Amino acid sequence: MSIKKELEKRILVIDGAMGTMIQRHKLTEADYRGERFANWHSDVKGNNDLLCITQPEIIKGIHKLYLAAGADIIETNTFSSTVIAMADYDMQSLAYELNVAAAKCAKDAIKDFTAENPGTGPKFVAGAIGPLNKTLSLSPDVNNPGFRAVTFDEVVAAYYEQIKGLVDGGVDVLLIETIFDTLNAKGAIYAAKQYFRDQNKEELPIMISGTITDASGRTLSGQTLEAFYTSVMHANPLSVGLNCALGAAEMRSHIEELSSIASCFTSAYPNAGLPNAMGEYDEQPHETAHFIEEWAEQGFVNIVGGCCGTTPDHIKHIADNVRKIQPRPLPVLETELN
Amino acid sequence: MSSAIHIKPFLRLSGLEPLVVRPETNFVNVGERTNVTGSKKFARLIRENKFEEALSVARQQVESGAQVLDVNMDDAMLEGVSAMTTFMNLIQSEPDIARIPIMIDSSKFEIIQAGLKCVQGRCIVNSISMKEGEEKFIEQAFICKAFGAAVIVMAFDEVGQADTKQRKVEICKRAYKILTEKVGFAPQDIIFDPNIFAIATGIEEHNNYAVDFIEATREIKQAMPLTKVSGGVSNVSFSFRGNDHVREAIHAVFLYHAIKAGMDMGIVNAGQLVVYDEIEPTLRQLCEDVILNHNNDNNEATEKLIIHAETVKAKGKVEVKDEAWRNDTVEKRLSHSLVNGITDYIEADTEEARLKYPTPLEVIEGPLMDGMGIVGDLFGAGKMFLPQVVKSARVMKKSVAVLTPYIEAEKEERKQAHLAAGTTNSEAAGAAKILLATVKGDVHDIGKNIVGVVLGCNGYDIIDMGVMVPADKILETAQREKVDIIGLSGLITPSLDEMVHIAKEMKRRGMSLPLMIGGATTSRIHTAVKIAPEYEEGVVHVLDASRSVTVAGSLLSKEQKPEFLNGIKEEYVTLKHGFDNKKSIKSYLSYAEALQNKVKINWSEHTAQTPTFTGTKVFNDFDLAELRPFIDWKPFFIAWEMHGNFPEILTDNVVGKEATKLYNDANALIDTIIKEKWLTAKGTIGFWEASSEDDTVEVRTEKEVFSLSFLRQQIKKAADQPNISLADFIAPKTSSKKDFIGAFAVTIDGIEKHIAAFEANHDDYNKIMLQALADRFAEAFAEALHLQTRKEFWGYDKDESLSNEALIKEQYTGIRPAPGYPACPDHTEKYKLFSLLNATETIGIELTESLAMYPASSVCGWYFSNPKSQYFGVGKIQRDQLEAYAKTKNMPIAEAERWLSPVLE
Repeated sequence: MSIKKELEKRILVIDGAMGTMIQRHKLTEADYRGERFANWHSDVKGNNDLLCITQPEIIKGIHKLYLAAGADIIETNTFSSTVIAMADYDMQSLAYELNVAAAKCAKDAIKDFTAENPGTGPKFVAGAIGPLNKTLSLSPDVNNPGFRAVTFDEVVAAYYEQIKGLVDGGVDVLLIETIFDTLNAKGAIYAAKQYFRDQNKEELPIMISGTITDASGRTLSGQTLEAFYTSVMHANPLSVGLNCALGAAEMRSHIEELSSIASCFTSAYPNAGLPNAMGEYDEQPHETAHFIEEWAEQGFVNIVGGCCGTTPDHIKHIADNVRKIQPRPLPVLETELN
Repeated sequence: MSSAIHIKPFLRLSGLEPLVVRPETNFVNVGERTNVTGSKKFARLIRENKFEEALSVARQQVESGAQVLDVNMDDAMLEGVSAMTTFMNLIQSEPDIARIPIMIDSSKFEIIQAGLKCVQGRCIVNSISMKEGEEKFIEQAFICKAFGAAVIVMAFDEVGQADTKQRKVEICKRAYKILTEKVGFAPQDIIFDPNIFAIATGIEEHNNYAVDFIEATREIKQAMPLTKVSGGVSNVSFSFRGNDHVREAIHAVFLYHAIKAGMDMGIVNAGQLVVYDEIEPTLRQLCEDVILNHNNDNNEATEKLIIHAETVKAKGKVEVKDEAWRNDTVEKRLSHSLVNGITDYIEADTEEARLKYPTPLEVIEGPLMDGMGIVGDLFGAGKMFLPQVVKSARVMKKSVAVLTPYIEAEKEERKQAHLAAGTTNSEAAGAAKILLATVKGDVHDIGKNIVGVVLGCNGYDIIDMGVMVPADKILETAQREKVDIIGLSGLITPSLDEMVHIAKEMKRRGMSLPLMIGGATTSRIHTAVKIAPEYEEGVVHVLDASRSVTVAGSLLSKEQKPEFLNGIKEEYVTLKHGFDNKKSIKSYLSYAEALQNKVKINWSEHTAQTPTFTGTKVFNDFDLAELRPFIDWKPFFIAWEMHGNFPEILTDNVVGKEATKLYNDANALIDTIIKEKWLTAKGTIGFWEASSEDDTVEVRTEKEVFSLSFLRQQIKKAADQPNISLADFIAPKTSSKKDFIGAFAVTIDGIEKHIAAFEANHDDYNKIMLQALADRFAEAFAEALHLQTRKEFWGYDKDESLSNEALIKEQYTGIRPAPGYPACPDHTEKYKLFSLLNATETIGIELTESLAMYPASSVCGWYFSNPKSQYFGVGKIQRDQLEAYAKTKNMPIAEAERWLSPVLE
């Protein structure tokens, strides 16, 4: 069953936060290292992507919790699995392997879950492609606005390797997400197009999810929402949407706008509200779900779920609330100007 | 509810903002000056590595109205790839330039790629062609597509550059077929450049070049209607180099005909376009003949234009200008200046008009608005382009600036007269405020500016938010500034939808001020059918600026407003045939249903732990040193507007240094506070037997019985999810099981003396620091007491061992919700909590009229021990619960409404 066919029939639910769930395990430095990296020369605690290799059962377990909560799409734990982001832990050489391992965790989780719960409908693995910790449109040096910490070619090479790992690991769709800088995302799109052309393979569907960082309604790199969408629509994406930075309440007007201009499916997975005075996300599952239910009723969305601070409980509420609502119909692409 | 939207196949480009080329866009100006082959100044700056200065050339193009910026670095003396990279990266850090899309212009594909690698927006590549064969063409097109760029395809093939109409069309059709079928290009992303060549060169074969271009354009657009046609306009007049006056006339005439044939965009000097209708008639006729190749046997027309050009040239540039218009009436002179964007005489002419007219306002409403009316008509007819309109607006602004001081003086005079006469103090309290904005996605503001000026002149206070203003920003400003009317403007069709959206949002926010709609595409019928039904507090379409004064007057007059709005409403309802306003209603359960869906706890299997004592226990002076480890630092940093997690914030790249300093200072102050006993932590806790009945919890002390009232979630939940109330966590009376509730109140006492000392020293830093720390100590105290309660005093979780981090994350069993917070939003329950604890007498916390606690660093709340108890938010409640609640509390409905207003719809 292709994801596109499924999206025409119903609203699909994507999973919630991975980091929040990993935290619950209170892992130590030794847990992160596992046997293989017991003698690694730098600290690796906090390298959540590494757990796909050292603690695959934990990652698989989290995937299964989200599947049980009703997620149709689960994201691989690969937000930082690129040669550029892994430099923080001096683990650049692991980038490819991390992606393959993460895809396996997710696929195994689906396999187990489907065996234990036959007849729950198709489940999909989205290969998560994060924004990188270096940006192409912004200079890290205020005195030298023309400077860039990374080049487009380096970004393309990093994403190319990640995509290769995700595809070899067997993901069903690529998800370029939490886009702060559109040019980084264009690098990922470029890498994907190039990869599938080089391999002479049929392209996997691409999901794109940008991030509106604040009340200005713009991306971190300064684009308005429509400018952002215009800049990535050449990916011919399966879906375009928004995630992170905002809670559902703040995201509403943006997802409404996006649903009125996007020629593909739309997705939205907000944070569990804005952080409270304690810096924690405390929007309750039913509250998040209520916002999202309204978006679904208004016909704004095809894929919904949660980002930072959301839990399987949030996903369960969201899944329950949107189950019976018709998805946003695909726009009619006209072929005449008038 | 939703039906599929329709998306038109427009060419869509973007910088920081989108540019959608619609049929009504008329003509897209591509700024040509950032081109080393075309601008000597720009070339010199780049060659001398003065990139920052070169940015000013780009900025000038944007300010002059360029909608796309052409950048070209093709110079033999330059390292093209690095020059392109450097300049593009710099442009990206200038939001006022990066706003518009970029056209990356080079004959070397490697330079084009270098440019594409730097730009986040959707660019145009200028250009690719089949001159080196199909294979290379396809490869380059694939790369452009992977970058998401639209492409200009030059009419150039293996044979050479196309000069005749037939060759131009043929090559473009061939390229179209390849791009759409082999590369997968969308037709609207293909822009043809069918080559503009120089005419009037004296060579007879060149005479038909302009016609060839224009006719090829017509045919291309007919055969491939979604594609676009562009061209480098200045080529056409190349033979008149050095004679800008004639060249500008040729460009204007050429564009006039080419645009009519379907040309969509052109590379032009955005600051230097003349208006077709304003070209001196002899010159215009000569240009027409040469461009359209009329009366041009044996180069006749060409010769005539060359001769005319020579005479014009011989006279020199200054005399070239036809100054005859200076002899006209002042009205005509103002109009001429506006239409032609001439600022030279505008100040003198405005002054002359001011003296001629009775009031300065009449100068604006008369000749200036007449002139702008002509500008609007010419723009609508395609005889003026955006850069020219921008220039006109500048002239208008200059003129208004001359008049403003006089208008202000007059206004003041009127106000004083009012005051002297003692008429109404509403004017003394300040003029009515009107907010004006051009809606998101639209950049046209001339009409809105005029409305602003006219209304301002009539004594209203105008808040002009400018162009491209998002709905949220408009409405937030309106609410913050307490404006009296919102006026929205827009010129392009999508603005209409945005206005509907804003009306909806006003309703959603429960706003009550009237909305005025204006701008070229707006209409009474659209307002009546689409906008007015979305917002009931008054939506009025305003035909033009002069009408805005009477409309605003009626809307602001208490007497006239109801009648006026009713009249409008009736009129609009008649206009709106059978429009069905379908509304979806948020689903809530009735209060009775919500009560049926309470948290399910199997009380027969649960036995509540009996606390070690019932009644209260007072802590008169809790050791601050013991509280110190319980301090949650994150809110402390937030109080200082530093956001981030603790302790990571101490090593943060940006704020780490400051945060560390703050942290050290705070700890030093804590040392002093503890050592010198500046503050005293006072607290009290208590436990009592309790049982629940619906949403009431009955608490029994030795002397009396208290009834606590709680609120229940009423929103419709997913199938197996309960509608929670705190009362659910106490054993119901009917279960006959013994259960308990607890309460606590803590405060940090003694801050005033030290605050006063800091204030006396003007030491705000330590003053704020002390206040922030007192708050932290109060919270830490609440945390510490709760821990002792769980482990010892109540003892229901004796074996708990949680880190401070886990405590902050509320991972313990049981909860301590505070009255006035989401789980129990009614502040008035604090009275009962305080009575139970006797908190005012024992530890000295006072409740203010609005039920805040004093000293400010105080915390109070209930204790629940049931393992199923959890934090939650009540959310919105319905009228039925409000009534039941007021009844149980024996509180008048109006009073209950006031206290519960945050949870009422």
